[in-house]
Amino acid sequence: MSITTKDVEHVAKLARLDLTQEEKEVFTEQLSAILKYAEKLNELDTEGVEATTHVLHLSNVMREDVTHESLPAEKVFLNAPDEEDGQFKVPAVLE
Amino acid sequence: MSTSKYETVIGLEVHVELHTKSKIFCGCPTSFGAPPNSHTCPVCLGHPGVLPVLNRQAVDYAMKAAMALNCEIGDVSKFDRKNYFYPDSPKAYQISQADQPIGLNGYIDIEVNGVTKRIGITRLHLEEDAGKLTHIDGGYASLVDFNRVGTPLVEIVSEPEISSPEEARAYLEKIRAIMQYCDVSDVKMEEGSLRCDANISLRPHGQQELGTKAELKNMNSFRGVQRGLEYEQFRQSEALEDGELIVQETRRWDESQGKTFSMRSKEQAHDYRYFPDPDLVELRIDQVWKDRIRASIPELPDARQARYTQDYDLTSYESGVITSSKPLADLFESSLQFTQDAKSVVNWMMGELLGHLNSTGQELSEVKLTGQNLGEMIGLIEKGTISNKIAKTVFKEMLLHGKRPQDIVEEQGLVQISDEGAILAIVTEVVADNPASVEDYRAGKDKAIGFLVGQVMKRSKGKANPGLANKLLTELLNS
Amino acid sequence: MSLFDLRLQELHNKLHKRELSVTDLVGEAFTAIEKKDSQIQAYLTLDEAGARAVAARLDDKLLTNEPKGLLFGLPVGIKDNLVTEGLRTTCASQFLSNYDPIYDATAVTKLKQADTVTIGKLNMDEFAMGGSNENSSFQKTRNPWNLSRVPGGSSGGSAAAVAAGEAYFTLGSDTGGSIRQPASYCGVVGLKPTYGRVSRYGLVAFASSLDQIGPVTKNVEDAAYVLQAIAGYDPKDSTSANVEVSDYLSALTGDIQGLRIGVPKQYLEGLEASVKACVLEALRVLEGLGAVWEEVSLPHTEYAVAAYYLLASSEASSNLSRFDGVRYGVRADHAGSLLDLYHASRSQGFGPEVKRRIMLGTYALSSGYYDAYYLKAQKVRTLIKRDFDEVFEKYDVIVGPTAPTTAFELGSQVNDPLTMYMNDILTIPVSLAGVPALSVPCGFADGLPVGLQIIGKAFDESTILRTAHAYEAHTDHHKQRPIL
Repeated sequence: MSITTKDVEHVAKLARLDLTQEEKEVFTEQLSAILKYAEKLNELDTEGVEATTHVLHLSNVMREDVTHESLPAEKVFLNAPDEEDGQFKVPAVLE
Repeated sequence: MSTSKYETVIGLEVHVELHTKSKIFCGCPTSFGAPPNSHTCPVCLGHPGVLPVLNRQAVDYAMKAAMALNCEIGDVSKFDRKNYFYPDSPKAYQISQADQPIGLNGYIDIEVNGVTKRIGITRLHLEEDAGKLTHIDGGYASLVDFNRVGTPLVEIVSEPEISSPEEARAYLEKIRAIMQYCDVSDVKMEEGSLRCDANISLRPHGQQELGTKAELKNMNSFRGVQRGLEYEQFRQSEALEDGELIVQETRRWDESQGKTFSMRSKEQAHDYRYFPDPDLVELRIDQVWKDRIRASIPELPDARQARYTQDYDLTSYESGVITSSKPLADLFESSLQFTQDAKSVVNWMMGELLGHLNSTGQELSEVKLTGQNLGEMIGLIEKGTISNKIAKTVFKEMLLHGKRPQDIVEEQGLVQISDEGAILAIVTEVVADNPASVEDYRAGKDKAIGFLVGQVMKRSKGKANPGLANKLLTELLNS
Repeated sequence: MSLFDLRLQELHNKLHKRELSVTDLVGEAFTAIEKKDSQIQAYLTLDEAGARAVAARLDDKLLTNEPKGLLFGLPVGIKDNLVTEGLRTTCASQFLSNYDPIYDATAVTKLKQADTVTIGKLNMDEFAMGGSNENSSFQKTRNPWNLSRVPGGSSGGSAAAVAAGEAYFTLGSDTGGSIRQPASYCGVVGLKPTYGRVSRYGLVAFASSLDQIGPVTKNVEDAAYVLQAIAGYDPKDSTSANVEVSDYLSALTGDIQGLRIGVPKQYLEGLEASVKACVLEALRVLEGLGAVWEEVSLPHTEYAVAAYYLLASSEASSNLSRFDGVRYGVRADHAGSLLDLYHASRSQGFGPEVKRRIMLGTYALSSGYYDAYYLKAQKVRTLIKRDFDEVFEKYDVIVGPTAPTTAFELGSQVNDPLTMYMNDILTIPVSLAGVPALSVPCGFADGLPVGLQIIGKAFDESTILRTAHAYEAHTDHHKQRPIL
């Protein structure tokens, strides 16, 4: 499976990445090579094989409905790039 | 609105916040109205390295809700990541459920204009709520509050089997009632603990294929849901009539303008890239667990409605209104511990009480009326201690101050005058003072007696026993 | 000789007899760093003031009867993808270059409870993506055995620091070989525990279904000590296993008489000849100790790399989405809208390998490709796991090389991701199966260390530690030190 520059542009958009023209070209080539290599998996018949999401077969790991202390504001905003009135500030949500 | 040649097809996606104490994946409190970002921790802020741990109570509530909506509960359920970037989503993915939700294939029955209809429920799944954005600087910036992020939600998706805005409202009200009876949520639309999006499309009658749908958002009240859908139904039918193509899009209901508006100028590529969340393990729901939850489900609105209709000889409409909200039904039942007269209780509730709530926009929990007070007040009417008219005054007092009716009657001297002598004195005065009406009555105008009784009530400041006044007046006029 | 060449027990004896103080140990670490780290470049962040304060506190504690932690007084370096409250944690990424964590990873908390002293944070490939440390946004760590060679990765800083005597031990993380491969390249011991043995809470996620934290040490005994301190169920990590933690130290009996070893034939193919020679010699040593080895087959080995890169990249694409410049991290200058902010911050904050994997993972999960890539890879993962299950029905451990080659030259593979990915062909299958494995030095080829990989059954770290310990006791590869 080879992918096109258009595919790369679409995926970059989904991933919120800006790519330079050069990056687009390199990624098109490299991702095509990797995906071509991944086609190796099609040699295997996996009909009826269960998919592994977790190697450990754990189930029903839950906590009780108990509250803990929340963070003080100085920690909440310690790393905040922009803050106003106790909230995180971001530019307009325009798409 | 069965006016046009089109059939309306509506499906609703209802989000219900579960009222657990702590969030679904961390221990921060879920309480409403705290200062912004004061209920956050590294986990719900999506800091690097944090991991979610599932709140057992949220799962129990979701199962309870699913069972109450007649869903099948799978033996295995799991969580998936729904990937999208938005500032209210700290991890840039929402933990939700894709192919193995808690509940599948349920239904509820709704009643519109006396006709019962079954609406299918496709699925109920558990997920985390997002944070809250406030737009500032004239829309050039937004502020993000993450208090709400991680509040457990169930999303209830209906089949596209709702045929009118009225049905949609009835469906939503029924969902609210069921969630309230199950005690899994506060279900307050104004606080956002109950939210509703709708898909609506039109198609010519008889056409199998669904028309192009619009997704409707921002309907923040029951009335808004109905009005928004009515508008959209109108808009789409006009468009179809004019031969326009309906665009598949998300539209926003604007309550103040009474219109819907397209939300996106350019259509955005959505690809949520769902995949199983590797940070969470699957739920294996065995029979013991299911039985435990099933046993915790109380009598639901339909069952109560049927019981009230049968046991108290109410009309289906009356019992439907009374059971439409759990606090209302509970008030009804507690009143009946103090009076046998269910009909009177219903009349007072549907008349005075709901009238008051509707006109003030208050919740039942915000007034001070108790079942005992209502029951006892009806007892006072039965005994003739107060008249129906006086009772209205007493009722207002009970709503506002929660006093016992006996105390109100005593304090304000509202006891009905049933002493014949006292009433006769007033009757005699009224007859003497209104010769024209007396003349009319004697000339065969029976209506005139009503005016004269009214005068007696007025002079007695409403306290005269109206039956007695009527009887004495008739006797005097006919003598 | 460095103080760090003393066995842990000897160090503790000297501390108790006041022949040595924790301050001396911390001084030893900073002296080594001062002397060597300008060449090695293992550390991204140092915390000398903090370390000396802790050392002073521990020295005071020595004078009391308070119980002393298992790792009392040991200076440690922490891979920079484990969050440390108040100590900058960057994941070697420009994006997190200013990130000041607001909590400690569980493994870090456990080390503190064991009375260690944190020296600083160690270089790595950005977000643990890579096998050479050349993907660090900040510096290229060198292999202490040959400064023109890479230390391996992604825990290259962790391995190099131990090899160079810049810490008593370090913590690393392993997703597809990121502890074992650099341990092999740097001639130290690196242990990847069973998935779920050590809490991942506070480990900045790369591929959540594969990531594990583990120790990098000079010898097997130290690995057992460190694992003892950091292993165990953590209520903050739903995927941490509620399985009792063994007594790893008592497992180090030196006795492997009758141990059944499976050697996968696939693991002996395509090796550098000198690497293969070291491994075969190691098998002879094990045989001499009474173990028996036979050739076995892990037939799906050749599919592991492809499955791994799809799965790990897919998970990574989602895990790294939170780096959006809203709550933390470097918010880049941008054109004005939210979308511009996202694009600018992420494009400027991430290096090429991270972008490449985000792109691959996003593509593999995207609509229309999920079944062909992600789901297919998950199914192949099942087949790979079954390979291991079958071999472990008859064998106690699986032994082979850790990497097909010794450390390669800096810059030799940077432009060829596929070749780079192939370095991990012997460690990746183990990660996919979730079983524990360690790398122990088993010789040198042209002056560069070779590692022997010993793989065990799930939660049977004891047996691989026992095997490695017995082997180590009869060889002296682990006693070799690079000359700097």
